[in-house]
Amino acid sequence: MTGSTLPPLYPFRESPSQTAGPYVHIGLTPNVCGITGVYAADLGATMVSATTKGQRITLEGRIIDGSGAPLKDALVEIWQADADGVYHARATEAFCGWARSAADPDTGVFRFETVKPGRVPFPDGRLQAPHINVWIVARGINLGLNTRIYFADEAEANEADPVLGRIEHRDRVATLIASGDGQTYCHDIHLQGPQETVFFDI
Amino acid sequence: MSANPPPIAGFFPRDRTWHPKALTPDYKTSVLRSPARPLVAFGNTLSETTGPAFGHDMLGPLDNDLTLNFARPGMSAIGERIIVGGRVLDEAGRPVPNVLIEFWQANAGGRYRHKKDGYLAPLDPDFGGCGRTISDDKGGYHFRTVRPGPYPWPNGPNDWRPAHIHFSVFGHGFAQRLITQMYFEGDPLIARCPIVRTINDPKAIAQLTARLDMNASVPMDALAYRFDIVLRGSRSTLFDNRMEGN
Repeated sequence: MTGSTLPPLYPFRESPSQTAGPYVHIGLTPNVCGITGVYAADLGATMVSATTKGQRITLEGRIIDGSGAPLKDALVEIWQADADGVYHARATEAFCGWARSAADPDTGVFRFETVKPGRVPFPDGRLQAPHINVWIVARGINLGLNTRIYFADEAEANEADPVLGRIEHRDRVATLIASGDGQTYCHDIHLQGPQETVFFDI
Repeated sequence: MSANPPPIAGFFPRDRTWHPKALTPDYKTSVLRSPARPLVAFGNTLSETTGPAFGHDMLGPLDNDLTLNFARPGMSAIGERIIVGGRVLDEAGRPVPNVLIEFWQANAGGRYRHKKDGYLAPLDPDFGGCGRTISDDKGGYHFRTVRPGPYPWPNGPNDWRPAHIHFSVFGHGFAQRLITQMYFEGDPLIARCPIVRTINDPKAIAQLTARLDMNASVPMDALAYRFDIVLRGSRSTLFDNRMEGN
Protein backbone atom coordinates (compact mmCIF):
# COMPACT_ATOMS: atom_id res chain seq x y z
CA MET A 1 0.00 0.00 0.00
CA THR A 2 1.25 3.47 -0.81
CA GLY A 3 -0.18 6.80 0.16
CA SER A 4 -2.76 5.26 2.48
CA THR A 5 -2.05 7.82 5.20
CA LEU A 6 -2.59 10.76 2.88
CA PRO A 7 -5.97 12.37 2.32
CA PRO A 8 -7.46 11.57 -1.10
CA LEU A 9 -6.29 13.79 -3.92
CA TYR A 10 -9.78 13.86 -5.36
CA PRO A 11 -12.63 13.98 -2.85
CA PHE A 12 -15.12 11.79 -4.69
CA ARG A 13 -15.24 8.42 -6.41
CA GLU A 14 -17.50 7.73 -9.37
CA SER A 15 -20.84 6.28 -8.29
CA PRO A 16 -20.45 2.54 -8.84
CA SER A 17 -22.55 1.03 -11.59
CA GLN A 18 -25.30 -1.53 -11.08
CA THR A 19 -27.21 -3.56 -13.63
CA ALA A 20 -30.12 -1.88 -15.41
CA GLY A 21 -32.15 -5.01 -14.62
CA PRO A 22 -34.99 -6.62 -16.59
CA TYR A 23 -37.37 -3.67 -16.23
CA VAL A 24 -35.12 -0.94 -17.62
CA HIS A 25 -37.84 -0.14 -20.15
CA ILE A 26 -40.09 1.27 -17.42
CA GLY A 27 -37.66 4.11 -16.95
CA LEU A 28 -36.12 4.58 -20.38
CA THR A 29 -38.78 3.55 -22.90
CA PRO A 30 -42.01 3.58 -20.86
CA ASN A 31 -44.30 3.89 -23.87
CA VAL A 32 -42.78 0.73 -25.35
CA CYS A 33 -43.71 -1.22 -22.23
CA GLY A 34 -47.23 0.13 -21.99
CA ILE A 35 -46.77 2.99 -19.50
CA THR A 36 -48.43 5.67 -21.58
CA GLY A 37 -49.52 9.15 -20.66
CA VAL A 38 -46.50 10.04 -18.53
CA TYR A 39 -44.25 11.20 -21.39
CA ALA A 40 -45.67 12.20 -24.78
CA ALA A 41 -43.04 10.09 -26.55
CA ASP A 42 -40.09 7.96 -25.54
CA LEU A 43 -36.83 9.86 -25.54
CA GLY A 44 -34.41 9.09 -28.37
CA ALA A 45 -37.01 7.53 -30.65
CA THR A 46 -36.29 9.70 -33.71
CA MET A 47 -32.98 10.79 -35.24
CA VAL A 48 -33.78 12.04 -38.73
CA SER A 49 -36.44 14.12 -40.46
CA ALA A 50 -37.15 15.22 -44.03
CA THR A 51 -34.51 17.95 -43.68
CA THR A 52 -31.66 15.70 -42.52
CA LYS A 53 -28.57 15.83 -44.71
CA GLY A 54 -26.81 12.63 -45.66
CA GLN A 55 -27.29 9.00 -46.62
CA ARG A 56 -30.26 7.42 -44.82
CA ILE A 57 -29.46 4.07 -43.27
CA THR A 58 -31.19 1.49 -41.10
CA LEU A 59 -29.02 -0.17 -38.51
CA GLU A 60 -30.30 -3.34 -36.91
CA GLY A 61 -28.92 -6.21 -34.92
CA ARG A 62 -29.17 -8.33 -31.82
CA ILE A 63 -27.19 -8.74 -28.61
CA ILE A 64 -26.20 -12.42 -28.30
CA ASP A 65 -25.25 -14.14 -25.02
CA GLY A 66 -22.63 -16.81 -24.39
CA SER A 67 -25.07 -19.60 -25.25
CA GLY A 68 -25.91 -18.04 -28.62
CA ALA A 69 -29.31 -16.75 -27.52
CA PRO A 70 -30.39 -13.17 -28.28
CA LEU A 71 -31.10 -10.89 -25.32
CA LYS A 72 -34.74 -9.88 -25.40
CA ASP A 73 -34.44 -7.38 -22.57
CA ALA A 74 -31.40 -5.33 -23.64
CA LEU A 75 -31.43 -1.58 -24.18
CA VAL A 76 -29.05 -0.02 -26.70
CA GLU A 77 -28.08 3.65 -27.04
CA ILE A 78 -26.06 5.14 -29.88
CA TRP A 79 -24.22 8.44 -30.28
CA GLN A 80 -22.90 9.60 -33.63
CA ALA A 81 -21.76 12.56 -35.70
CA ASP A 82 -23.81 13.97 -38.55
CA ALA A 83 -23.03 13.35 -42.22
CA ASP A 84 -20.30 16.03 -42.07
CA GLY A 85 -18.56 14.41 -39.09
CA VAL A 86 -19.79 16.98 -36.55
CA TYR A 87 -21.25 16.04 -33.16
CA HIS A 88 -24.31 18.04 -32.09
CA ALA A 89 -25.05 17.95 -28.36
CA ARG A 90 -28.43 19.61 -28.92
CA ALA A 91 -30.92 17.80 -31.09
CA THR A 92 -32.47 19.90 -33.83
CA GLU A 93 -35.33 19.30 -36.20
CA ALA A 94 -32.71 18.32 -38.78
CA PHE A 95 -30.77 15.78 -36.74
CA CYS A 96 -30.44 14.09 -33.38
CA GLY A 97 -27.11 12.29 -32.90
CA TRP A 98 -28.32 10.22 -29.96
CA ALA A 99 -30.98 7.54 -29.79
CA ARG A 100 -32.06 4.53 -27.78
CA SER A 101 -33.76 1.30 -28.80
CA ALA A 102 -35.22 -1.45 -26.65
CA ALA A 103 -34.61 -4.91 -28.04
CA ASP A 104 -37.78 -6.46 -29.44
CA PRO A 105 -39.25 -8.66 -26.66
CA ASP A 106 -39.86 -11.53 -29.12
CA THR A 107 -36.87 -11.37 -31.46
CA GLY A 108 -34.27 -9.32 -29.58
CA VAL A 109 -33.74 -7.04 -32.58
CA PHE A 110 -32.76 -3.41 -31.97
CA ARG A 111 -33.20 -0.90 -34.80
CA PHE A 112 -32.14 2.67 -35.59
CA GLU A 113 -33.16 4.86 -38.53
CA THR A 114 -30.32 7.34 -38.99
CA VAL A 115 -27.74 8.68 -41.46
CA LYS A 116 -24.28 7.38 -42.13
CA PRO A 117 -21.91 9.50 -40.02
CA GLY A 118 -19.04 11.48 -41.52
CA ARG A 119 -15.44 11.16 -40.38
CA VAL A 120 -14.43 12.66 -37.02
CA PRO A 121 -10.86 13.69 -36.16
CA PHE A 122 -8.69 11.69 -33.78
CA PRO A 123 -6.74 13.87 -31.27
CA ASP A 124 -3.60 13.75 -33.45
CA GLY A 125 -5.47 15.13 -36.44
CA ARG A 126 -5.93 11.92 -38.40
CA LEU A 127 -9.50 11.15 -39.39
CA GLN A 128 -11.35 8.26 -37.81
CA ALA A 129 -13.38 6.02 -40.08
CA PRO A 130 -17.16 6.57 -39.98
CA HIS A 131 -18.47 4.92 -36.84
CA ILE A 132 -21.38 4.86 -34.42
CA ASN A 133 -20.73 4.70 -30.67
CA VAL A 134 -22.79 2.06 -28.89
CA TRP A 135 -23.68 1.57 -25.20
CA ILE A 136 -25.45 -1.57 -24.04
CA VAL A 137 -27.21 -2.25 -20.74
CA ALA A 138 -29.35 -5.20 -19.65
CA ARG A 139 -30.13 -7.64 -16.88
CA GLY A 140 -26.88 -9.48 -16.11
CA ILE A 141 -24.64 -6.64 -17.36
CA ASN A 142 -23.16 -4.93 -14.29
CA LEU A 143 -21.56 -1.97 -16.07
CA GLY A 144 -22.72 -0.66 -19.45
CA LEU A 145 -20.68 -2.02 -22.35
CA ASN A 146 -19.13 0.33 -24.91
CA THR A 147 -18.45 -0.72 -28.46
CA ARG A 148 -18.46 0.87 -31.92
CA ILE A 149 -20.04 -0.02 -35.24
CA TYR A 150 -18.04 0.60 -38.44
CA PHE A 151 -19.16 -0.01 -42.02
CA ALA A 152 -17.90 -2.74 -44.35
CA ASP A 153 -18.16 -0.44 -47.39
CA GLU A 154 -15.58 1.94 -45.85
CA ALA A 155 -12.72 -0.54 -46.11
CA GLU A 156 -10.05 2.05 -46.92
CA ALA A 157 -11.01 4.32 -44.00
CA ASN A 158 -11.33 1.33 -41.68
CA GLU A 159 -7.82 0.23 -42.60
CA ALA A 160 -6.44 3.60 -41.44
CA ASP A 161 -8.70 4.03 -38.39
CA PRO A 162 -6.63 4.80 -35.24
CA VAL A 163 -9.02 3.03 -32.86
CA LEU A 164 -9.33 -0.12 -34.95
CA GLY A 165 -5.54 0.06 -35.14
CA ARG A 166 -5.36 -0.34 -31.35
CA ILE A 167 -6.85 -3.83 -31.52
CA GLU A 168 -3.89 -6.12 -31.13
CA HIS A 169 -5.66 -9.29 -32.19
CA ARG A 170 -6.38 -8.37 -35.79
CA ASP A 171 -8.91 -11.15 -36.31
CA ARG A 172 -11.18 -9.38 -33.81
CA VAL A 173 -11.47 -6.16 -35.87
CA ALA A 174 -14.16 -7.82 -37.99
CA THR A 175 -16.46 -8.02 -34.94
CA LEU A 176 -16.93 -4.22 -35.17
CA ILE A 177 -17.77 -3.99 -38.86
CA ALA A 178 -21.38 -4.08 -40.04
CA SER A 179 -22.16 -5.36 -43.49
CA GLY A 180 -24.93 -3.86 -45.55
CA ASP A 181 -26.18 -2.74 -48.93
CA GLY A 182 -25.76 0.99 -48.33
CA GLN A 183 -29.29 1.20 -46.89
CA THR A 184 -29.59 -1.50 -44.26
CA TYR A 185 -26.71 -2.63 -42.09
CA CYS A 186 -27.00 -5.71 -39.89
CA HIS A 187 -24.77 -6.14 -36.91
CA ASP A 188 -25.05 -8.71 -34.13
CA ILE A 189 -23.07 -8.00 -30.96
CA HIS A 190 -21.72 -11.09 -29.19
CA LEU A 191 -21.17 -10.69 -25.46
CA GLN A 192 -19.12 -13.85 -25.11
CA GLY A 193 -17.73 -16.82 -27.03
CA PRO A 194 -15.69 -17.40 -30.18
CA GLN A 195 -17.22 -14.39 -31.97
CA GLU A 196 -17.01 -12.09 -28.94
CA THR A 197 -17.34 -8.44 -29.99
CA VAL A 198 -14.58 -6.02 -29.02
CA PHE A 199 -15.67 -3.85 -26.08
CA PHE A 200 -13.80 -0.72 -25.14
CA ASP A 201 -12.57 0.83 -21.92
CA ILE A 202 -13.17 4.45 -22.84
CA MET B 1 -12.78 18.40 -43.27
CA SER B 2 -15.17 18.75 -40.40
CA ALA B 3 -15.73 21.84 -38.29
CA ASN B 4 -15.14 20.07 -34.97
CA PRO B 5 -13.29 22.09 -32.31
CA PRO B 6 -9.87 20.96 -31.07
CA PRO B 7 -10.14 17.84 -28.89
CA ILE B 8 -10.17 18.09 -25.10
CA ALA B 9 -8.11 15.91 -22.85
CA GLY B 10 -10.81 13.48 -21.81
CA PHE B 11 -12.17 11.91 -18.64
CA PHE B 12 -10.44 10.32 -15.68
CA PRO B 13 -10.18 6.58 -16.43
CA ARG B 14 -12.84 4.41 -14.83
CA ASP B 15 -11.63 2.48 -11.79
CA ARG B 16 -12.90 -0.94 -12.79
CA THR B 17 -11.98 -2.44 -9.42
CA TRP B 18 -14.41 0.00 -7.76
CA HIS B 19 -17.21 -0.78 -10.21
CA PRO B 20 -18.57 -4.33 -10.27
CA LYS B 21 -16.71 -6.76 -12.51
CA ALA B 22 -18.56 -8.15 -15.53
CA LEU B 23 -18.45 -11.77 -14.32
CA THR B 24 -20.04 -12.06 -10.85
CA PRO B 25 -21.36 -15.66 -10.69
CA ASP B 26 -23.49 -15.18 -7.55
CA TYR B 27 -25.58 -12.92 -9.78
CA LYS B 28 -26.33 -15.79 -12.11
CA THR B 29 -27.40 -13.92 -15.23
CA SER B 30 -23.96 -12.31 -15.43
CA VAL B 31 -22.37 -15.68 -16.26
CA LEU B 32 -23.47 -15.77 -19.91
CA ARG B 33 -23.68 -11.99 -20.34
CA SER B 34 -20.12 -11.02 -19.39
CA PRO B 35 -17.37 -10.53 -21.97
CA ALA B 36 -14.53 -12.97 -21.32
CA ARG B 37 -11.84 -11.09 -23.27
CA PRO B 38 -10.11 -7.97 -21.99
CA LEU B 39 -11.54 -4.57 -22.89
CA VAL B 40 -9.53 -2.60 -25.46
CA ALA B 41 -8.48 0.79 -24.08
CA PHE B 42 -7.76 4.01 -25.98
CA GLY B 43 -7.63 7.69 -25.13
CA ASN B 44 -10.83 9.70 -25.43
CA THR B 45 -11.67 11.22 -28.78
CA LEU B 46 -14.55 13.57 -29.64
CA SER B 47 -16.72 10.47 -29.90
CA GLU B 48 -16.39 9.93 -26.14
CA THR B 49 -16.04 13.49 -24.81
CA THR B 50 -19.21 14.77 -26.49
CA GLY B 51 -22.73 13.61 -25.70
CA PRO B 52 -26.36 14.60 -25.92
CA ALA B 53 -27.68 17.61 -23.97
CA PHE B 54 -31.28 17.99 -22.84
CA GLY B 55 -33.05 21.25 -22.08
CA HIS B 56 -35.23 21.89 -19.05
CA ASP B 57 -37.98 22.77 -21.53
CA MET B 58 -38.43 19.08 -22.39
CA LEU B 59 -39.78 18.33 -18.90
CA GLY B 60 -43.46 18.12 -18.10
CA PRO B 61 -44.68 19.59 -14.79
CA LEU B 62 -45.12 16.15 -13.15
CA ASP B 63 -42.08 14.41 -14.64
CA ASN B 64 -40.34 14.47 -11.23
CA ASP B 65 -43.39 13.47 -9.19
CA LEU B 66 -44.10 9.73 -9.32
CA THR B 67 -46.87 10.09 -6.75
CA LEU B 68 -48.92 12.02 -9.32
CA ASN B 69 -47.58 11.46 -12.85
CA PHE B 70 -49.55 8.26 -13.43
CA ALA B 71 -52.34 8.87 -10.92
CA ARG B 72 -55.99 9.33 -11.79
CA PRO B 73 -57.35 12.83 -11.22
CA GLY B 74 -57.53 13.56 -7.50
CA MET B 75 -55.63 10.37 -6.61
CA SER B 76 -52.07 9.69 -5.52
CA ALA B 77 -49.84 6.62 -5.35
CA ILE B 78 -50.16 4.42 -2.23
CA GLY B 79 -47.10 4.14 0.00
CA GLU B 80 -44.58 5.96 2.13
CA ARG B 81 -44.28 9.40 0.58
CA ILE B 82 -40.65 10.44 0.11
CA ILE B 83 -38.53 13.08 -1.58
CA VAL B 84 -35.22 11.89 -3.04
CA GLY B 85 -32.66 14.55 -3.81
CA GLY B 86 -29.03 15.51 -3.84
CA ARG B 87 -26.41 16.78 -6.19
CA VAL B 88 -24.68 15.52 -9.30
CA LEU B 89 -20.93 16.05 -8.91
CA ASP B 90 -17.82 14.91 -10.70
CA GLU B 91 -14.81 13.21 -9.11
CA ALA B 92 -13.13 16.58 -8.58
CA GLY B 93 -16.16 17.74 -6.60
CA ARG B 94 -17.43 20.12 -9.26
CA PRO B 95 -21.20 20.36 -9.74
CA VAL B 96 -22.50 18.80 -12.95
CA PRO B 97 -25.36 21.06 -14.09
CA ASN B 98 -28.02 20.48 -16.74
CA VAL B 99 -27.79 16.71 -17.06
CA LEU B 100 -30.73 14.38 -17.49
CA ILE B 101 -31.49 11.94 -14.66
CA GLU B 102 -34.12 9.24 -15.21
CA PHE B 103 -35.41 6.87 -12.52
CA TRP B 104 -37.67 3.85 -12.31
CA GLN B 105 -38.86 1.62 -9.51
CA ALA B 106 -41.40 -0.89 -8.20
CA ASN B 107 -44.46 0.27 -6.26
CA ALA B 108 -44.80 0.19 -2.46
CA GLY B 109 -45.49 -3.56 -2.58
CA GLY B 110 -42.49 -4.41 -4.75
CA ARG B 111 -44.46 -4.86 -7.99
CA TYR B 112 -43.24 -3.39 -11.29
CA ARG B 113 -45.61 -2.16 -13.97
CA HIS B 114 -44.06 -4.46 -16.59
CA LYS B 115 -45.64 -7.44 -18.29
CA LYS B 116 -42.72 -9.68 -17.35
CA ASP B 117 -43.22 -9.06 -13.62
CA GLY B 118 -45.52 -11.80 -12.31
CA TYR B 119 -45.09 -11.14 -8.58
CA LEU B 120 -48.22 -11.70 -6.47
CA ALA B 121 -48.21 -8.19 -5.00
CA PRO B 122 -50.77 -6.06 -6.84
CA LEU B 123 -50.23 -3.13 -9.15
CA ASP B 124 -51.19 0.30 -7.83
CA PRO B 125 -53.58 1.86 -10.36
CA ASP B 126 -52.16 5.28 -9.48
CA PHE B 127 -48.48 4.43 -9.83
CA GLY B 128 -46.50 4.05 -13.08
CA GLY B 129 -42.96 3.96 -11.73
CA CYS B 130 -40.98 6.25 -14.04
CA GLY B 131 -39.76 9.81 -13.66
CA ARG B 132 -37.05 12.20 -14.82
CA THR B 133 -35.49 15.55 -14.07
CA ILE B 134 -32.54 17.69 -15.14
CA SER B 135 -29.94 18.91 -12.66
CA ASP B 136 -30.05 22.64 -11.96
CA ASP B 137 -27.22 25.11 -12.46
CA LYS B 138 -25.58 23.92 -9.20
CA GLY B 139 -26.01 20.23 -9.99
CA GLY B 140 -28.98 19.86 -7.63
CA TYR B 141 -31.95 17.58 -8.31
CA HIS B 142 -34.93 16.10 -6.50
CA PHE B 143 -38.08 14.10 -7.12
CA ARG B 144 -41.10 12.86 -5.21
CA THR B 145 -42.15 9.25 -5.08
CA VAL B 146 -43.23 6.47 -2.73
CA ARG B 147 -40.66 4.22 -1.14
CA PRO B 148 -40.50 1.00 -3.21
CA GLY B 149 -40.99 -2.38 -1.57
CA PRO B 150 -38.50 -5.27 -1.66
CA TYR B 151 -39.33 -8.10 -4.04
CA PRO B 152 -38.29 -11.71 -4.62
CA TRP B 153 -36.41 -12.75 -7.76
CA PRO B 154 -35.40 -16.10 -9.24
CA ASN B 155 -31.66 -16.15 -8.56
CA GLY B 156 -31.02 -18.20 -5.42
CA PRO B 157 -33.93 -20.15 -3.90
CA ASN B 158 -34.92 -17.25 -1.61
CA ASP B 159 -33.32 -14.05 -2.89
CA TRP B 160 -35.00 -10.69 -2.31
CA ARG B 161 -33.91 -7.36 -3.71
CA PRO B 162 -33.56 -4.59 -1.14
CA ALA B 163 -35.81 -1.59 -1.68
CA HIS B 164 -34.15 0.33 -4.50
CA ILE B 165 -34.63 2.96 -7.18
CA HIS B 166 -32.85 2.61 -10.53
CA PHE B 167 -31.02 5.72 -11.79
CA SER B 168 -29.89 6.53 -15.33
CA VAL B 169 -27.60 9.56 -15.55
CA PHE B 170 -26.14 11.44 -18.49
CA GLY B 171 -23.03 13.54 -18.15
CA HIS B 172 -21.61 15.97 -20.66
CA GLY B 173 -19.80 13.22 -22.58
CA PHE B 174 -21.05 9.84 -23.75
CA ALA B 175 -18.21 8.21 -21.76
CA GLN B 176 -19.85 9.43 -18.52
CA ARG B 177 -23.07 7.51 -19.19
CA LEU B 178 -24.05 5.61 -16.06
CA ILE B 179 -26.84 3.40 -14.74
CA THR B 180 -26.91 2.50 -11.05
CA GLN B 181 -29.28 1.72 -8.18
CA MET B 182 -30.02 3.64 -4.98
CA TYR B 183 -30.59 1.76 -1.72
CA PHE B 184 -32.07 2.95 1.59
CA GLU B 185 -30.13 3.46 4.82
CA GLY B 186 -30.65 0.66 7.32
CA ASP B 187 -32.18 -1.93 4.98
CA PRO B 188 -31.04 -5.38 6.22
CA LEU B 189 -31.46 -6.84 2.71
CA ILE B 190 -28.61 -4.72 1.28
CA ALA B 191 -25.84 -6.89 2.70
CA ARG B 192 -27.59 -10.08 1.51
CA CYS B 193 -28.17 -9.08 -2.11
CA PRO B 194 -26.09 -10.75 -4.87
CA ILE B 195 -26.54 -7.69 -7.12
CA VAL B 196 -25.31 -5.30 -4.41
CA ARG B 197 -22.46 -7.76 -3.76
CA THR B 198 -21.26 -7.57 -7.36
CA ILE B 199 -19.49 -4.52 -5.81
CA ASN B 200 -16.45 -5.56 -3.77
CA ASP B 201 -15.71 -2.46 -1.71
CA PRO B 202 -18.06 -1.69 1.23
CA LYS B 203 -17.32 2.01 0.73
CA ALA B 204 -18.66 1.76 -2.82
CA ILE B 205 -21.84 0.09 -1.52
CA ALA B 206 -22.17 2.86 1.08
CA GLN B 207 -22.01 5.39 -1.75
CA LEU B 208 -25.17 3.86 -3.24
CA THR B 209 -27.01 3.95 0.08
CA ALA B 210 -29.21 7.03 0.46
CA ARG B 211 -29.35 8.59 3.92
CA LEU B 212 -32.47 9.71 5.72
CA ASP B 213 -32.44 13.51 5.53
CA MET B 214 -34.82 14.91 8.12
CA ASN B 215 -33.81 18.46 7.22
CA ALA B 216 -35.13 18.02 3.69
CA SER B 217 -38.35 16.33 4.76
CA VAL B 218 -41.66 18.19 4.63
CA PRO B 219 -43.57 18.02 7.95
CA MET B 220 -46.93 16.24 7.69
CA ASP B 221 -46.16 15.40 4.05
CA ALA B 222 -43.01 13.47 3.08
CA LEU B 223 -39.76 12.10 4.48
CA ALA B 224 -36.59 12.76 2.48
CA TYR B 225 -33.54 10.79 1.42
CA ARG B 226 -30.26 12.31 0.25
CA PHE B 227 -28.48 10.66 -2.67
CA ASP B 228 -25.51 12.35 -4.34
CA ILE B 229 -24.40 11.05 -7.72
CA VAL B 230 -20.75 11.25 -8.82
CA LEU B 231 -19.75 11.12 -12.48
CA ARG B 232 -16.29 10.75 -13.99
CA GLY B 233 -14.07 13.79 -13.65
CA SER B 234 -12.65 15.62 -16.64
CA ARG B 235 -8.98 16.34 -17.29
CA SER B 236 -10.00 19.59 -18.89
CA THR B 237 -11.78 22.59 -17.44
CA LEU B 238 -13.32 23.34 -20.82
CA PHE B 239 -16.63 21.91 -19.67
CA ASP B 240 -16.89 24.66 -17.09
CA ASN B 241 -17.44 27.08 -19.94
CA ARG B 242 -19.25 24.71 -22.25
CA MET B 243 -22.04 23.35 -20.09
CA GLU B 244 -23.76 21.55 -22.89
CA GLY B 245 -20.92 19.71 -24.52
CA ASN B 246 -19.83 20.27 -28.04
